[in-house]
Amino acid sequence: MTEAATPILEVRDLCTSFHTDEGEGRAVDGVSFHLKRGETLGLVGESGCGKSVTALSILRLVAPPGRIGSGQILLSGRDLLALSEPDMRRVRGDEVAMIFQEPMSSLNPVLTCGCQIGEAVRLHQGGSRKEAKERAIEMMRLVGIPAPEQRVDEFPHQLSGGMRQRVMIAIALSCNPDVLIADEPTTALDVTIQAQILELLAHLQQELHMAILMITHDLGVVAEVADRVAVMYAGQIVETATTADLFAAPQHPYTRGLLASIPHLDGDQERLEVIPGRVPEATSFPQGCRFHPRCSLAEAACKATAQHLENCDAGHQVRCRRAPVDG
Amino acid sequence: MQGTKSVVAGRRSMAENTPDAPIIETKGLTKHFPVNRGVWGKPTAQVRAVEAVSLQILPGETLGVVGESGCGKTTLGRLILRLLDATSGEVYFRGRNLGELEARELRNLRRRMQIVFQDPYSSLNPRMRVGTLIGEGLKVHRIARGREVADRVEQLLTMVGLPVSAAARFPHEFSGGQRQRIGIARALAVEPEFIVADEPVSALDVSVQAQIVNLLQDIQRDLGLTYLFIAHDLSVVRHIADRVAVMYLGRVVELASRDQLFSSPSHPYTRALLSAVPVPDPMARRQRVVLTGDVPSPSRVPSGCPFHPRCPEAIDACRREVPELADPGDGRRVACLLRTP
Repeated sequence: MTEAATPILEVRDLCTSFHTDEGEGRAVDGVSFHLKRGETLGLVGESGCGKSVTALSILRLVAPPGRIGSGQILLSGRDLLALSEPDMRRVRGDEVAMIFQEPMSSLNPVLTCGCQIGEAVRLHQGGSRKEAKERAIEMMRLVGIPAPEQRVDEFPHQLSGGMRQRVMIAIALSCNPDVLIADEPTTALDVTIQAQILELLAHLQQELHMAILMITHDLGVVAEVADRVAVMYAGQIVETATTADLFAAPQHPYTRGLLASIPHLDGDQERLEVIPGRVPEATSFPQGCRFHPRCSLAEAACKATAQHLENCDAGHQVRCRRAPVDG
Repeated sequence: MQGTKSVVAGRRSMAENTPDAPIIETKGLTKHFPVNRGVWGKPTAQVRAVEAVSLQILPGETLGVVGESGCGKTTLGRLILRLLDATSGEVYFRGRNLGELEARELRNLRRRMQIVFQDPYSSLNPRMRVGTLIGEGLKVHRIARGREVADRVEQLLTMVGLPVSAAARFPHEFSGGQRQRIGIARALAVEPEFIVADEPVSALDVSVQAQIVNLLQDIQRDLGLTYLFIAHDLSVVRHIADRVAVMYLGRVVELASRDQLFSSPSHPYTRALLSAVPVPDPMARRQRVVLTGDVPSPSRVPSGCPFHPRCPEAIDACRREVPELADPGDGRRVACLLRTP
């Protein structure tokens, strides 16, 4: 899957915080990862863990009261956080594109699909309206929309959920981006449609050779599409490994708990394992290891000191002083 | 299933308690919603939400209902509780036809069947304290009054794993999982025998889902409840259900025991649905049946077998004949011309 040794996207020590009435919430706190051409990194976590804010930070789309505090986002070696806004606008949609979770609310209801796909093309590559429309039809064909010559003039409400998500993908891919950020691209879809979209993304990745950051809460989706996985909890990456390693030998108690708490389609569990408690709010992350109040292995030292991501195996890092755990 | 002879069920008359008599039975249950268009708002089309569903739910069991959005599973749940009136067909609760009951009788029966909703955010009145929310049913049905209500609310809160102090607080002070516990306590307050759980965990975080699934199983065992468990998440249904009904465009296309359905799905749609679920195991490489096309709109149900336009095995006859739900010879029921003689 990987060929270039240098990563196309590298995120270093990213911190994004939100100023609220309850104080400052560090939604993303020191997140680092890298992504190579043709590779898919799965960013997994529950709601409020900071995975979507990480994605928005990469594109510098965090809206006030959110603010990117520190860190570097290197796209082919160039720091996106140092770019001027007009330069950044040239990056968005051209070099880095994003697809969102809810295709109905992220498409413009009063513009035709063709117009929305063509908009990105005209903005980044210029050309006439006619050329943009032709490119839109071509893109719609690429993402498997039947009868694109007619659909190009239809509005989002005339399409089904799966077709709308295909339009979103067509918009994102219309300028051949190097990096595609997919934020829960299939969560709003039914499983049979999800299967179609995941298959389409994998196929397009091979064809266009882009890097994909796949953000999801669904461990099944990650297992299916990702080469590597980063697990987020309370604004931090708590474990990162190749997909095979992570599922075969999860090290962090949170990852292990997450894997044990989902019912499996094959195999019988009398009772589901439970992670007690709930995900903490960004304004009140616990001291020390942020998972310690919910962790069965926690001891006094876990509460006292914050943990760092440390290597436990080749390409496998974990943020836990009790790791490696047996079994 | 264990627990059929629980305290709750034990109080009912003997005639209702014949061991194998279904607690719920539907016969040809159908619901069409008119679509109004045009200046005069005349119905121009019918959405066929539920089409001729006949099934039985036995005391103490969990019947899972799965299907994609728009397949009619939620409408089916509401028809069974008579929260919606059927276009045709009947629902029997312990042998009594709900459609023929008078308002007062129906209200009495409602006490014995409850619903847990999908969205714990919008299904609890934000202006009512949790204690009032849970105790409301007790007062409506005149089960308890005054101090008894407060006692019973405390008992229910403990049962669903919430602190007794929760009674004095408002729903917004609780997380999604805790709100779902409140919703469950509210349903349990009137001591129902039968609960429709409509996607009770799909709005919750993964790590919280397991807590609620376990809670639902515990109270079923302790109180001898019967569940109709509606979900689109097949792995949750596999975990909790005894039998499973698969719905497609308003019809039940397969009805089988859990083990039968998951180990050897019969209907082509069930097979495709099961194979589409991503498995949290990167080593698992399964044969995937990727269906082409979308689920057709329930206002334009295809002729013949409603699944034929997407079915990889469809033959000519599928276009014309509507398959009946029938036993292919192994105890389950399937609506497919290719499976049943």
